[in-house]
Amino acid sequence: MSTRTLEAPPLAQTNAAIDEPRWVRHLLMAVALSFLAIFLLLPLGQVLFSAFAKGAGAWWAAVTAPDSRAAICMSLLVTSLAVAANTLFGLCAAWAIAYFHFPGKRWLVTLIDLPFSVSPVIAGLIFILIFGARGWAGPWLSEHGIRIVFAWPGMVLATTFVTFPFVARTLIPLLQQKGSQHEEAALTLGASGWRMFWQVSLPKMRWALLYGVLLCNARAMGEFGAVSVVSGHIRGRTNTMPLQVELFYNDYQFEAAFALASLLAALALLTMGLKAFLEWRLRDELAATRGH
Amino acid sequence: MDIRIEGLSRRFGSVAALERIDLHIARGELVALLGPSGSGKTTLLRAIAGLEPADEGRILFGALDATRLPVRERQVGFVFQHYALFEHMTVLDNVTFGLRVKPRRWRPGRAEIERRARELLVRVQLEGLERRYPNQLSGGQRQRVALARALAIEPRVLLLDEPFGALDAKVRKELRGWLRGLQRTTGYTTVFVTHDHEEALELADRVVILNRGRIEQLGPVAEVYECPANPFVFEFLGSANVLPAVARGRELWLPGAEHPLTGDQIFPGGEVAVYVRPGDVRLAGADPAAIPARVIDLQRTGPRVTAQAELSDGTRLFMELPHLHHDVSQLSVGAAVRLRLLQFRAYSRADAQRPGAGRPDSRQPGAAPSGQGRIAAR
Repeated sequence: MSTRTLEAPPLAQTNAAIDEPRWVRHLLMAVALSFLAIFLLLPLGQVLFSAFAKGAGAWWAAVTAPDSRAAICMSLLVTSLAVAANTLFGLCAAWAIAYFHFPGKRWLVTLIDLPFSVSPVIAGLIFILIFGARGWAGPWLSEHGIRIVFAWPGMVLATTFVTFPFVARTLIPLLQQKGSQHEEAALTLGASGWRMFWQVSLPKMRWALLYGVLLCNARAMGEFGAVSVVSGHIRGRTNTMPLQVELFYNDYQFEAAFALASLLAALALLTMGLKAFLEWRLRDELAATRGH
Repeated sequence: MDIRIEGLSRRFGSVAALERIDLHIARGELVALLGPSGSGKTTLLRAIAGLEPADEGRILFGALDATRLPVRERQVGFVFQHYALFEHMTVLDNVTFGLRVKPRRWRPGRAEIERRARELLVRVQLEGLERRYPNQLSGGQRQRVALARALAIEPRVLLLDEPFGALDAKVRKELRGWLRGLQRTTGYTTVFVTHDHEEALELADRVVILNRGRIEQLGPVAEVYECPANPFVFEFLGSANVLPAVARGRELWLPGAEHPLTGDQIFPGGEVAVYVRPGDVRLAGADPAAIPARVIDLQRTGPRVTAQAELSDGTRLFMELPHLHHDVSQLSVGAAVRLRLLQFRAYSRADAQRPGAGRPDSRQPGAAPSGQGRIAAR
């Protein structure tokens, strides 16, 4: 999980005591590498190959088709709102958990992880049960002409639910390790709470925050289960990219499905690169704190 | 500016971190808050800074009642144990921070801010390092940046929380002398927290000894060291032997002694505890007025000879003798000797068994079996 990657990498030294015979080592490496090839590289290659099977023109046509464009826009809308909401929530939760003592803190820490242990489909169903036509708030909502389920607000809610641990989870250990002394120092020097936050707290957690936002964004873009339940699959209106990929596929429009999927794959590769960079920055930062 | 603290209390849940503290710190004074961990010394310092609210009592800076003043308006210079430098800012930006965040009305011009910061960096001997980042500096340099940053706002008082705690011994020694000099020349009223009694004795004009949220004793350094008010203070300021004795007026009878000790304290009579530092015990040759004892352990380590002796009732005491002290060369385990106490304090048994007395770390009253001498090595 995201927090585990903040730890130092295991030492790359070989230990004579567990030095297996040469053929065992080779076998283990072969197994690991072939898994990587079969389960990661092969599908990724297949996606890109199929997407461009009929040339770049066909790819471009598939990506810019009205349904695809609508799905891309919907994905961007849903993701940006969910990420913004979770950044705000993550900051508040991490700040409260790292700096304050309050009853129920332990519960909050545990509950933040809930979305990781709940199946996304169940998460989607929760929102149907609350906001759906026969849900608790359904009658009141339809009376006032507000649509949540089978419309973008429901999809934003479901995505937010599924991705909300990311930012909080990356910030909490950082804040706990760095402590609140910097903030206290800023206050004794006469800074207002506002200045303290923008000039001291935010720079202090910038890399961890970016890291959390990045993971949150990747997960939000790729979310399928929860969004699938609440979207209602209205073509050109409530489909995100992953949902549209499935629709194309079911309609035997393989080129279009793979073209759209290639965009998601590209996003995944970009995320991985950025993630590696941020992890490197974060390690530096934490090492600097420990060095004090 | 002088600091006046009146009846200050602070509780954390059911634990009293500070209990009705009264303290006056004169203008320009350098005062050490000294005590074991959990004694409330850091809470007191943070309360003066406004980082910790007061449940009861008042804090005054000169004529200004600062009790309800928020931290940012108190204008105190606070130096944290781990420096708390802003890692993403250069040394210069760290030092100018307090001036840059002032409301526009009072903020000096940019050139003036930089001029002042450079002046301070010269004062803390860091000129030329303006463009460095904190992680490019040594511990001692970081501490001095933190000090310059605190001084930049021209604080009413300067507060330091274990300022040398995170530094190695050599740098610590250097910085102490340097801080003393800086405080003399700038004249800031300064309060610092430490758990190291040597540091407090070396640096401060006055020390305040805290234990369990109360002031045990306060006074000039020499006075506190020579006349500890109670067993806690005595043991906190160095090693101590505790000897049982019987008091009659001014006279104190130690076990097996043919002649009494005469102290300057008068006791109503009955059992008392005599406290003596290992370094204040001497051999007395064949002086019949001295205390008879038997050597049971002996260690010669360079300039010092440490020995353990047993009184006639089995009470043991440690002594540290200079290696050139007469008779030391003939000293051997099992030898009968007579001892003289150069300096000692006697406390009534009730005082010695008060909770929190005795070894500062062992919180059990009467942890020492009575009649047994023991050493509180610190």
